[in-house]
Amino acid sequence: MTTPESFSPVPATSANLLDPSSINVILATDCGSTTTKAILIEKVDGEFRQTFRGEAPTTVEEPAADVTMGVVNSVSEVAELAGRKLIGDDGQVIRPASDGQGCDIYISTSSAGGGLQMMVAGVVREMTAASAKRAALGAGAIVMDTIATNDKRLPHEQIQRIRELRPDMILISGGTDGGTTQHVVQIAEMVAPAKPQPRFGSEYCMPVIFAGNVDARDAITGAFDDSVELSLVENLRPTMERENLAPARDAIHDLFLEHVMAHAPGYDKLISWTDAPIMPTPAAVGNILQQIAEQRGVNAVGVDIGGATTDVFSVFEGTFNRTVSANLGMSYSISNVCAEASLPSILRWVPLDMDERELRNRVKNKMIRPTTIPQTLESLLFEQAVAREALRLAYEQHKDFATTLKGVQQQRTVGDTFSQQSSGQTIVNNMTLDLLVASGGVLSHAPRMSQTAAMLVDAFQPEGITTLAKDSIFMMPHLGVLAQVLPEAAVQVFERDCLVYLGTCIAPAGIGKAGRACFSYQITGEGISHSGEVVFGEMKLLSMADGVIATAVIEPAKGFDAGEGPGKKVEGEIRGGTVGVILDGRGRPLELPTDRDACRQAVTTWNHVQGLAELN
Amino acid sequence: MAHAYTPGLKVTPWTRHRIRRILPIAGEVKRDVGERVGAADVVAETFMPGNVTPLNVANMLSMPPADIPECMLKQVGDPIAVDERLAETKGIFGFFKAHCQSRTAGTIETISEVTGQVIIRGEPLPVQVSAYVAGEVVEVIAGEGVVIESDVAFVQGIFGIGGETLGPLVMACESPEQELTAERITDEMAGMVVVGGARMTGAAVGRAIEVGCAAVVSGGLDDADLRDILGYDLGVAITGSETIGLTLVVTEGFGEIAMAKRTHQLFGELAGHEASVNGTTQIRAGVMRPEIVIPRSDHPPAADSKPNRIAGLLEVGTSVRVIRDPYFGVLGTVASLPSEPQALDSESRARVLCVDTSEGETVTVPRANVELIEE
Repeated sequence: MTTPESFSPVPATSANLLDPSSINVILATDCGSTTTKAILIEKVDGEFRQTFRGEAPTTVEEPAADVTMGVVNSVSEVAELAGRKLIGDDGQVIRPASDGQGCDIYISTSSAGGGLQMMVAGVVREMTAASAKRAALGAGAIVMDTIATNDKRLPHEQIQRIRELRPDMILISGGTDGGTTQHVVQIAEMVAPAKPQPRFGSEYCMPVIFAGNVDARDAITGAFDDSVELSLVENLRPTMERENLAPARDAIHDLFLEHVMAHAPGYDKLISWTDAPIMPTPAAVGNILQQIAEQRGVNAVGVDIGGATTDVFSVFEGTFNRTVSANLGMSYSISNVCAEASLPSILRWVPLDMDERELRNRVKNKMIRPTTIPQTLESLLFEQAVAREALRLAYEQHKDFATTLKGVQQQRTVGDTFSQQSSGQTIVNNMTLDLLVASGGVLSHAPRMSQTAAMLVDAFQPEGITTLAKDSIFMMPHLGVLAQVLPEAAVQVFERDCLVYLGTCIAPAGIGKAGRACFSYQITGEGISHSGEVVFGEMKLLSMADGVIATAVIEPAKGFDAGEGPGKKVEGEIRGGTVGVILDGRGRPLELPTDRDACRQAVTTWNHVQGLAELN
Repeated sequence: MAHAYTPGLKVTPWTRHRIRRILPIAGEVKRDVGERVGAADVVAETFMPGNVTPLNVANMLSMPPADIPECMLKQVGDPIAVDERLAETKGIFGFFKAHCQSRTAGTIETISEVTGQVIIRGEPLPVQVSAYVAGEVVEVIAGEGVVIESDVAFVQGIFGIGGETLGPLVMACESPEQELTAERITDEMAGMVVVGGARMTGAAVGRAIEVGCAAVVSGGLDDADLRDILGYDLGVAITGSETIGLTLVVTEGFGEIAMAKRTHQLFGELAGHEASVNGTTQIRAGVMRPEIVIPRSDHPPAADSKPNRIAGLLEVGTSVRVIRDPYFGVLGTVASLPSEPQALDSESRARVLCVDTSEGETVTVPRANVELIEE
């Protein structure tokens, strides 16, 4: 199987690595669209630990119009809590640490001002254009549109679209090295006369990266005039069988710093303060997730659900993928979730009767006043139902995108007659998923941890044995950028302070008849002994504290698969958490009863078992 | 005294208003500093580069791309008309020539030897910027546009549909609690900015479109009606480019909700005045809310010269509106602002405030769920 290139968004190299023994205090900030979050990491008993955090509104917009003000405010809060002076009289971060003051290194990520927005283009949508999109997403960008010769739009429609978009930069790919140049040059000839306008400032020269057939470089250079700044990098798809995304991704990061960030208010100052290049927030999150997956040798999925967008990150067999679902979110985009998923799909998760007309108005009122919060239990349950559908849709989009390389020639033998697989199959496999990490307001701030776990299980439908966790205070961005220079510190803090383990979900795949056996279980460990049977449609919750490790033996009934094949016994290590062990006998794919009364009854029972809410 | 800050919408009977009217690309500014302009007057204009049409001449003539420059009858910079001959092959001894014609009018911009593609740029597209609000030009930004200043009444809505429009204000509802129904829209309201009271019904909007009203402004709107009006379910609150025949502005929110009394009263006082209305809404970074701007020639009353509903201080005695269920739309005054976070019915913990409602009850709501108003 040929998979997309496995890469770490910003690899830690010996050139940028620091000596951990010389570092004791690390300050990290994440400048988000609305809030700037600062954390302090200190060496405690020889290990790096996150000790204090502070936050303040981001100050990119008027009247402050200087991102460093928000940084100083959030760092000042940390300083106050830590009793450690971090900002000097000159208004800058004090470095290096001495006499209980300052820090040894200061690092930052940023998604302020809407993050990095890109347009990508390639010759064939499923091949070079898909690779270009993967490179842009991996670099932490929001992809506004993908132009390809087969995107079902006429050339003049494509040109019109390019004229309307105002991206921060454009990535063009196409053709394998040594192959035909005509098609990729045609793409460039379409982009050039459209004269795409950048998002910031008229004096800003639109950066265009060409990462296609090396033989087309002269023709591509000739196609553009001085109104763009053209960068030529290695082909991101040198052969059909191989992706080479790193050079394009590095060019994106460089241009992000040189152009986009340099035009955002105060960033020139911030860049001069930091000890490592500022990374786009999603790139940093992807970076740490991949580091962890690699180090533990596991497959992991991370999700960050925000008000406007949902980011999904995955690492399967070492291959990293990231998608951004631009209009799936819990406030600005809540109405779009309802439109895409449909209200009946959302309401199937709600154990109460609700008036559809009133709900529609409530959703729109949340959209136009995005900062309001649910006051009633009914309101909270509805928002969590919306979150399940937003996460489900975002994960589906992720699975469709995270595929093996398309367009690869395959040699088949007679033996493949009955098991032919085309190229472009998803590499996301819920059965081999080991770790599912949640972050984002609706997941992080749910009043009960069991609600967070339930949203994850219902939306992602993990199969077999899967560990569930959440990012305690959304520090994955900070740790992602830290991993660039001090991977050891990043991993230590991730393990000890970043993740809150919710527990483990055990869920065999398959469909059975209600009330018939689904699987039996035996869980043993130090002071732990649980055994029993789960019937189809049933859920059970076993309490098992955080930090406790036990051995689970799962024997699926006929037709159910827990990871070793239908009906085959599975033995594995499981981890406790704040929620415990969720035994999910609802089968996979998860299907809720179509009859409204039966569905409400089923959801009420599952909610009760998991302790999600006390409904009157 | 305990206090906090909370957002609110701006509603003011008198303010000195400045707007920048800027071209999307550099062009010619038509007015000078000191000149008075009407709302519909053009203040700057330019020409956008025309639309681009690519024609693959190599395919059309079945020739290799490298041979295309020799076949071209028109060169870069030449104008070309629709159906005019664009390129021609040499043929065999001058016979059996193949040719191709242009499908569009414009100027030849590029001829590619690599792809055989010819790009034709259409006629420049004129772009004009009007004053939008009557007033005086106080600044000229060379090549870009002007800044216009005027004394106005200014009302921000919460949500709108459609772009800029102009018309005299007309009241269709006598009180802010009255629903704006189709019966209240009359033929005489053509070209006018119609002000309702509480919810505008879908039928009322349909009638306003039929009559030819410039805009409809009212307290609320049902989402189901909005879907019928637009023909699709609005997913994200980024609006302004809709072409439904008029501009809509909702001042309070979705559902059954009355327009704030003060807002309705202000419109009533200014009935007959010309109003500039823009429904453009963008609820993302760089928030834009819809607006109704009414230029005033009279002098402001001395005591009433400040905006009354702006983002600002929330303290005991401040008038607020609850903007989320279970008390959505309830009006009242802040009774207390407990400093410690409290557990809500949802079990979340949040900072709250107590509101004495106009019905005589006291309710506790999260601070995030109120906005300032001044009645």
